[in-house]
Amino acid sequence: MSARTLTGPWSLAATVLRPRARGVLGGALLGALATACGAGLLSLAAWLLATAAQHPPVTALSVAVVLTRALGVGRGVARYAERLVGHDAALRALSDLRGRVYARLAATEPIHRFRSGDLVSRLVSDTDSVQDLVVRGVLPPVAAALAGSGAVLLATALWAPGGALLAAGLLLAGVAVPALAAALSRRPAERAARARARLSTGLVDVLDGAPDLIAYGATGRAVAAVEHADAELTRTARRDAALLGLGAGSGALVAGLTLAGTLLLGVAAVDAGTLGAVPMAVLVLTALAAFEIVAPLPAAAARLASVRAGLARLVPVLDAEPATLPREPGLTPLPRRGTLRVRGLVAAWEPAEPGSRTVLDGLDLEVAPGQRVALVGASGSGKSTLAAVLFRFLDPVAGSVTLGGQEMTTRPPEEVRTVVSGVPADPHVFDSTVRENLRLAAPRATDHELAAVLRRVGLTGLAPDDEVGAHGARLSGGMRRRLALARALLADPAVLVLDEPTAHLDPDTRDAVLDDLLTAAGDRAVLMITHDPVVADHADAVLTLRDKTLHIRDRAGRTAAEPPLYPAPKA
Amino acid sequence: MSSPTTTSAPPVDPRLLRTATAVRTHLLVAAACGVAVTGLILAQAWLLSRAIAGATTGTPFGALVPLVVGVAVIALARAVLSYGAEATALRSAARAKSQLRMRLVHRLAVAPPDPSRSTGELVTLATRGLDALDDYFARYLPQLVLAVLVPVAVLVVVAEADWISAIVIGITLPLIPVFMALIGLYTRARTDRQWRMLSRLGGHFLDVVQGLPTLALFRRAGVVAEKVRDTTEEHRRATMGTLRVAFLSAFVLELVATLSVALVAVEVGLRLLYGNLDYATALFVLILAPEAYLPLREVGARFHASMEGVAAARQVFDELDRPGTTRGTGTAPPQAPAPAGRRLVVRDLRVRYPGTPGDALHGLDLDVRPGETVLLRGPSGAGKSTLLGVLLGFVAPSGGQVRADGADLAELDLDAWRRTVAWVPQHPHLFAGSVADNVRLGEPDASDDAVRDAARRAGLHAVVARLPQGWDTPLGEGGARLSSGERQRVALARAFLRDAPLVLLDEPTAHLDPDSATVVRAAAADLLAGRTAIVVAHDDGWDAVADRTTHLDPR
Repeated sequence: MSARTLTGPWSLAATVLRPRARGVLGGALLGALATACGAGLLSLAAWLLATAAQHPPVTALSVAVVLTRALGVGRGVARYAERLVGHDAALRALSDLRGRVYARLAATEPIHRFRSGDLVSRLVSDTDSVQDLVVRGVLPPVAAALAGSGAVLLATALWAPGGALLAAGLLLAGVAVPALAAALSRRPAERAARARARLSTGLVDVLDGAPDLIAYGATGRAVAAVEHADAELTRTARRDAALLGLGAGSGALVAGLTLAGTLLLGVAAVDAGTLGAVPMAVLVLTALAAFEIVAPLPAAAARLASVRAGLARLVPVLDAEPATLPREPGLTPLPRRGTLRVRGLVAAWEPAEPGSRTVLDGLDLEVAPGQRVALVGASGSGKSTLAAVLFRFLDPVAGSVTLGGQEMTTRPPEEVRTVVSGVPADPHVFDSTVRENLRLAAPRATDHELAAVLRRVGLTGLAPDDEVGAHGARLSGGMRRRLALARALLADPAVLVLDEPTAHLDPDTRDAVLDDLLTAAGDRAVLMITHDPVVADHADAVLTLRDKTLHIRDRAGRTAAEPPLYPAPKA
Repeated sequence: MSSPTTTSAPPVDPRLLRTATAVRTHLLVAAACGVAVTGLILAQAWLLSRAIAGATTGTPFGALVPLVVGVAVIALARAVLSYGAEATALRSAARAKSQLRMRLVHRLAVAPPDPSRSTGELVTLATRGLDALDDYFARYLPQLVLAVLVPVAVLVVVAEADWISAIVIGITLPLIPVFMALIGLYTRARTDRQWRMLSRLGGHFLDVVQGLPTLALFRRAGVVAEKVRDTTEEHRRATMGTLRVAFLSAFVLELVATLSVALVAVEVGLRLLYGNLDYATALFVLILAPEAYLPLREVGARFHASMEGVAAARQVFDELDRPGTTRGTGTAPPQAPAPAGRRLVVRDLRVRYPGTPGDALHGLDLDVRPGETVLLRGPSGAGKSTLLGVLLGFVAPSGGQVRADGADLAELDLDAWRRTVAWVPQHPHLFAGSVADNVRLGEPDASDDAVRDAARRAGLHAVVARLPQGWDTPLGEGGARLSSGERQRVALARAFLRDAPLVLLDEPTAHLDPDSATVVRAAAADLLAGRTAIVVAHDDGWDAVADRTTHLDPR
């Protein structure tokens, strides 16, 4: 994948589906068989009745009787088999795509994507859309094409003009109508999206700005603005309903007129003596039943459009380049303890891109073993970018980061992360046991060691076997932070970088977590990145990040006993 | 992928029916369309069978033309009906969505939402979430009406024409719901257990994608990448096991429906052969037989697609039904303040938030003289912001009293009271609109000069001068981004413009760098002169602004 650039969503779809072609085709054949059984049942029954009406000996009908019942059973069985085969192929394709996407994510580490939770969950649902592609996007049209050809062949064999009429009707209803519906819905969808965006903006103001609105008596005006946007969206939707209904109407019209046309031609041909009464009956009832074949196609066309959008969003993920260059391991191992020193650091996300912005420019920083330094700054000031550089998620543009004098920015990320670790912004707690969550950091840790580290972070109530739930839902916010911290301690790094270690914690928990954290950190160098001034109270030194660099230069060398300069300690 | 779990939800949510008037209108229209469609189906079957049988028995072409024309007219009528039904369904859906959305918005404007929901989640619910109701209105409800009307009508008409076929249909038709219920009952325990396991296996991918930064940090991303395919394969095998059972009910539905049509065809054909039935009637029964089962199959297929919208509507109802905070019931107008500002007397004030064990404020006493600026200090959790919340009427005290110029706050008309308070919060919200509109938040009719004067005193004019479109620069979502210090100056300008006798400042400089903090503090000092004020602040520099400092201790 890395060697070749994908050109678009459909080439991605083809790449993923090619190894599953057999399953997809099998599912489509079974689907065609199921539909054909349904439509064929009515054609056969028409033949049965038309023949019986001529009162032949009963043996003339025996084959048709057996076949009728077989079709009655066959449809259900084929549909059941189609669903199983189709879903199996879809799930196998999903498995391929998930493996591919994850391998690429692990290789490129696009950490900046992970700042938005929405982006990540959309990435996952975009990957899942490959199932829809198979089950609802590919199978119905292929099955309809096969079954439709069968119906047209039968009709043509009976009487060529009837076959031609049916072919025209099916093509119109199966291709032109879905295309028309898709074309008609494009502009209404754009109009609705614009109106919806205005509505969303108003809603955000009412929800996030509620206290300001109430305090300044402006709630009524803000709600009125939402009402206005809502009225516009509703007006747009009501106006466009007339346009969207055309798809449904034209489908019904094509089916009905094809039936009427077949009846007209058939009856006239029987009257003229060019067509027998039996084939005429079969032809008319085939025309009646055949439109069931194309019924799922408008929905499939709409589904394909949304699948296409999902796959298109995956293409850049699969084509992404890593944020760090490949490196050879250092000749000398990194020290287990040492002073972290940052000199002249310049950093930017995707520095090669034209619109890229330098986030850090000439930053110097020093944290000695046993020292706790707090780094404060407004959101967007580059705090998390510094963490990304220290964790080696990002190559700096310039400058050096050393541990005990050893340069780290030229070493592979895996090597650096043995000595620099900690709690990333929004640390993830996996839906598993406490043990599995902790062993990420130390796969060979014994339960005894796990219990010890849980004690050190004040999690005595947890046992290694406890399940934590999805996103650690069975734990409180404080417990999740403590678990993330325990994990960082187990990794036993020389430098602990804690990105917002107390986010989402209430004040009491925050203070307790910080106290436990700083006691447990021992002789490690600790860098706490935060926008919470209270966290800074717990540090030996406080640095402010502003204008892409540290506003107050590092105070390395100061002992913990000296009071920090900014902000002043509270009484 | 479809998830054929057994849901016990009623086909039509009674809350949806009760609340949205658009839904009731829609149901009436859908029923009317359903009756018309049923009539057209019956008429088409009659015309087709007459025409085919007539041609077979040698009726002259001219005599059959009216029948053929009838079929063509029915085709037109069904097309118009299906167009009209879809268009009105989408119109009703738009109206119902708007009704639900505005009820939600009015509710959220007065009562804060469930704190576990993010703003983004609620906005999505109110827009895209409710859009899923389109399927419910346009596809599911009309089909539900047909599923009730058509089988009954077909049965009655077939019974008129041929009672033996009516018995076959009448016996097999009820088999479908009975069998589906039996299968559902038999497999429910098994599928429920499996779906729970599946959702966990299926969630694994989301879990490891969301956890990628954590995994990478601990050097496990490569190991997990190798396992992702294995876990998904395991998920596939387990899913297929579940689907084999879950698809059984759909299998029975198809089987019974198609086999019944085959049975009718054979039974009618044999009686036709022996001369016990005429050709036209036999054809009529054959054409109608599948129609009896079709709506049942369709309604089943559309059920799952429509449930997404119903689930969204249910979330809206849950939000509407959630018990809200009590609103102020006082009606008395606040006293006109003395020229020097308000006098505040707080006595034994207690506040306890629902669901928390301790008091957020426990017996606070505080006197603020007119024109005095009181600096409130104390650790987080001491109740400083809670006191401001009480003074703004956001928080109802659980005991004690606040008097403003002698009047009990609990008895005042809160809206009128708030008009006499200027508040500068810790995180002021910038609304979608121009800079000037944002300053005018409390005084929408203020003149340009008044806005500019307030902005100048708040130190905002220097910020505006740097903005690309000056006073007309849009702020808020999608607008210009202001720094924390600049936002505080917008909030201060709002307070200046309000010109209120009481000013409340909540950590106005907590997140600011020292230079911005100095600017904001100087502007605030100007604002506080000649007014009664309470300032909550953690950081230094406010002592010079305040007349005295009060320490609040946690509980």
